[in-house]
Amino acid sequence: MLAIDVKDLRKQFKVQKNRAGLSGAFKDLFKREYTHVTAVNDITFQIPQGEICGYIGENGAGKSTTIKMLTGILVPTSGELNVNGYVPHRDREKFVKGIGVVFGQRSQLWWDIGVIESFQLLRKVYDVPLNDFNRRLDQLVERLHLGELLNRPVRKLSLGQRMRCELVASLLHNPAIVFLDEPTIGLDIVVKTEIRDFLLEMNRQEGTTILLTTHDLQDIEALCSRVIMLDDGSIIYDGGLEELKTTWSKGREIQFQFGEAMSISRLQQLTSTMNVAWTRENEFTATLFVPHEVNFSEAMGLVVGGAQIRDIKIFETNTDDIVRGIYQTGSAEVKDSEDNTQAEHVQEKETVLS
Amino acid sequence: MMSAYLDFIRMRFLMMLAYRVNYYSGIIIYAINIGAYYFLWKAIYGSQETLAGFSIDQMTTYLAISWMARAFYFNNLDRDIANEIRDGSVAIQMIRPYNYLIVKLMQGFGEGLFRFLLFMIPGLAIVCFIFPVDLPTDPVVWLTYLAMLVFSFLINSQLNIMTGLFAFFVENNEGLMRMKRVMVDLFSGVIIPIAFFPGWLSSVMNWLPFQAITYLPSSIFTGRTPLAEAGSVFIIQLTWLVVLLIPIVVMWRAARQRLFVQGG
Repeated sequence: MLAIDVKDLRKQFKVQKNRAGLSGAFKDLFKREYTHVTAVNDITFQIPQGEICGYIGENGAGKSTTIKMLTGILVPTSGELNVNGYVPHRDREKFVKGIGVVFGQRSQLWWDIGVIESFQLLRKVYDVPLNDFNRRLDQLVERLHLGELLNRPVRKLSLGQRMRCELVASLLHNPAIVFLDEPTIGLDIVVKTEIRDFLLEMNRQEGTTILLTTHDLQDIEALCSRVIMLDDGSIIYDGGLEELKTTWSKGREIQFQFGEAMSISRLQQLTSTMNVAWTRENEFTATLFVPHEVNFSEAMGLVVGGAQIRDIKIFETNTDDIVRGIYQTGSAEVKDSEDNTQAEHVQEKETVLS
Repeated sequence: MMSAYLDFIRMRFLMMLAYRVNYYSGIIIYAINIGAYYFLWKAIYGSQETLAGFSIDQMTTYLAISWMARAFYFNNLDRDIANEIRDGSVAIQMIRPYNYLIVKLMQGFGEGLFRFLLFMIPGLAIVCFIFPVDLPTDPVVWLTYLAMLVFSFLINSQLNIMTGLFAFFVENNEGLMRMKRVMVDLFSGVIIPIAFFPGWLSSVMNWLPFQAITYLPSSIFTGRTPLAEAGSVFIIQLTWLVVLLIPIVVMWRAARQRLFVQGG
């Protein structure tokens, strides 16, 4: 069954234009001009139950707008939307009982009262039976190590402590779908890891569907089997993380440490029969770039056979680089335009290596 | 769900209690206001027995009860709502299975309860001690007045909610909020009883909700309007309570359509 089903979803905002100068301000006073900004442009995707899906994109790509439509906060301009069996904005009050939402940038706890009081109020708001509530709270408190924080007022918590409390707050009513909008923003690595482990465990044990937006690709790598990438309001990639890596990584880098001083020309001579590139770092160290289409063992063989080697390191292109590359080119349509992108790869490589 | 709404009343009440020291100075400020108007009216009356149907004693009572009623029904729901809209935290309210406006009203009740018990009642006691206030002796008048005061609170809160919701439609509704505050104080008759308005203006006032907030209930309390006419006052208050629901619902619907969460 589908947890989230989105078809041709679109959101347009009317934004006031502020004309420049005094005369502009005067004109604005009488006749406002508006521009229409399309924040989300006819996106379509489906997320089955129990999946953890990463939703990534640059700032302003439309991630938060999508999340806000999926959670019933915003009413879409057009398109079809079905989340957990509801049309979110239409049956908002019924619908939100089945979802949990965490906004990394906004607190949903009441600032002045103790954490536990916030939780108890949420229990009443969500109509959770007392037994279920206590069991669930005990579980969550134990797993996220909140014990001694429960009686403190929210304003006295550190960001990491607060974020763990926010998570608990969003999960007390045992939602089937959880939306996390930048849940790890500003957190240190320990808390980040803790939250990731917790989410993964929850997903495995309870089959909770999770949609996660983030700028931290480590979140994605740790949690998500699938990524949806958004640019300028449109989906530019939807698929597995591994696929993204293999289709988009250009190749591998091998760093050699030689037993003797090597000149760049000697290195190039070694691999002259292959389409690979060398960068020399110092007398003894150089890096060989091997694109995927070149036979890796052959290239290794040539170098190993032709020079005295002390050490070898192999670098995979990491996700950060891949995603940066996609953001910069603004397209991930690998399947449609294979040739173009290949050409782009080569070009980019040349600029990098020259 | 109901118990959650009640909890919002309780929470706001406790929060106000935590800041109660702020309101001690409020009592003094209200007493000074009443004093200033008392001496002003005394000078205006001079040797005259009645003005616009008010005797000077009735006027004093009217001043005291109107200001103390304001101490009760006044709240900052408009500012609360406008701030939540402007800083985008209204988004958080939309992911909860409750009605935002009812929650706001409940918080208003919490504040009202605090203001009634710790502001209006002690304030009135102090004012009665200082100025020659004629409190009614008939318990029916008291009960009628208290019931009307609940409507005053509700109508004023409705106006506040409407003013606050304007933040959805304009970038800054600060000016609107100030205008509303002055209009409510002036047109509801806290500053000058509506009977003193020029004829055309007081007939305009008959068609506006403000008189139902202070003027009509206070007139009953001072005995200027006989108790027999209380029924028609209730009808006016009830009518406004219902009529004002319409713009609120319309604005809320429209706001949902164009809700633009600040800060992306």
